[in-house]
Parts: sequence; C-alpha cells; structure tokens
Amino acid sequence: MKDLSMHIMDIVQNSLSAKATMITIEIIENMDEDSYVINIKDDGIGMSREFVSTVTDPYVTTRTTRKIGLGIPLLKQNAERTGGQFTIDSEEGKGTKVKAEFIFMHPDRLPIGDIAGTVVLLCAANPNVTIHYHHVTNSGEYNFDTTEILETLDGISISEPSVIKFLKEMINENLQMIGISR
Amino acid sequence: MTQVKSLADLRRIKENLQGKMSLRENSNNPESLVQIRVAMATCGIASGAKQVMEFFIEELDKRNIQAVVTQTGCMGYCFAEPTVEITLPGQAPVVYGYVDINKADSIIEKYIKNGELVDGIIPVNYETIQK
Repeated sequence: MKDLSMHIMDIVQNSLSAKATMITIEIIENMDEDSYVINIKDDGIGMSREFVSTVTDPYVTTRTTRKIGLGIPLLKQNAERTGGQFTIDSEEGKGTKVKAEFIFMHPDRLPIGDIAGTVVLLCAANPNVTIHYHHVTNSGEYNFDTTEILETLDGISISEPSVIKFLKEMINENLQMIGISR
Repeated sequence: MTQVKSLADLRRIKENLQGKMSLRENSNNPESLVQIRVAMATCGIASGAKQVMEFFIEELDKRNIQAVVTQTGCMGYCFAEPTVEITLPGQAPVVYGYVDINKADSIIEKYIKNGELVDGIIPVNYETIQK
C-alpha cells in the first residue's frame, strides 16, 4: 500500500463484509508524543477469540476465492516497521476494533494520502452504512458524519457525482484548517 | 480568508439537484442503468482501484451517462487488478482486467456507449455458444 488512506479503505472493506451498519474511522495525530494512531471500529458480526488470534497470519482469510488475506498483515507490518503497534479486538455479535499505531516522525510512516476521497467513496458506495470520520491534530479536530449529511441531502443520493465532489472538497478544506500532516 | 465549505453549501447543491431530479425520474429504475462494480479488496486497492472508481464517477457524469458505480470484493483475479465488472442494461455482466485510466476511458467510449467489446475481458463463466 502506498499510503495510509489505502489501508483504511482496505480495513473498512473488512467491516463491510462483516455486515457493519456503523463504522468509525479515527485518526489521532499527536506530535508531542510522536504518535500517529488509526482506529477503525465497526458494529459488524465480530470474530471468535480463536479467529482473532490468527487473523494477522497472511494464510488466514474468510474469502473463498483464494487462500491468502493480506489486508491486516500489511497494515500490521507497516505499523510495526515504524516501531509502532497493531492490535485488533473483536467480540462475536458486537463488532471489531482495529488499532494501528505509528511513530509519527519515523521515516517509514506512510503519508496519509487522499483520505477525503477515500472517506467519500466509502460513503457513496455504501449509502446504507453510517460512517463517522474523526480526525484530531495538535491544532484541532474535525468530525464528519454521514447521518447529518443524509439529513441535509433529504432524499437526494449521496452517490450523486456533484455531491461526491462537494463532500471531498469540504473534507479537504476542513482538514487543511486543522493542519493535518500529509 | 475564504470560508470553509459547510453543510449550508451542501443544502444549496441539494436544492439545485432536486430541480434536475424530476427530469430523470422515469429512468430511476436501477435495471435500466449501467452498473459498474469496481473490485476493492486489498489487491484492487493496492493496484489503484480507487483512482479508477473516481474516474468512472467523474467521467460518466461529464459524458452524461447515468450509471451506478459501486464497490465489490475480490473476485479472485488478483493478477489482473484493478478489475471492473460492467453490466449494461439487459445484458450479462462483463469483467475487465488491468483497468487503468486509459482502459477505463476506452471502456466508457466503446463498450458503455456503443456496446463494442474492448480488449482485456476476463472470462468469468464457461458458457458455450448454443447453435
């Protein structure tokens, strides 16, 4: 993966496969503690304790088209390469929480990439799923929630190209206001 | 400094769209639209499926083709990512592999507009042609 937003897109696809209806993407940049944390939480079907303990193994996957699942192992590798940590907690019937912690200033910490485009594409492709995106930096925070977007749109589809374009610009401008690092 | 975009601006876009909506109400049946599904599992994302999906959304709108663009999981053709499944109204789905921006452009121009097949189709079924 070339950037962190691609990893986020990938992990959220897991949540969607787990039939999640509410997904929270949280990015916490903490310059003072040199930490860059990505949390992804969902209310999907969750995983059993045994499955969670094996899920970072690339030869474990739920897919049936092939026997390899690299999404989680790749993110774990990239987090650990910076000296960070990767944890995954899950409970059957409740949901899953993935946490990837990177060392902020480490040269191997990938850039965030097009996070606004990623969040908007996820919303547009999955209009029935509530997506909450929360980004914190040392100079502020930004919240994006599909609930208020859908209320404002009042029946107009979130997948309309002009809406997608607008939302991407709106997120980008707000992220610029809180000075996210690239 | 310019004002940051907010939900109030979104409301304006919504009102603008509502005006246009009534014109195309009768074509709102998804069966009558072109359906595009971009494979977005680890393999697809890593090879650039997101840019391809954004390209389809933007270009179909610019070229005035009504379509539904969504995401799907891995179809098992990881070697040929990004893969895209296109269903024209009333036809069987066709899966294209190695779809970059140029390929996506010719898929729109040739296949979606004119129904001409483009190189790079991945055979997903083994149906034979019945005499």
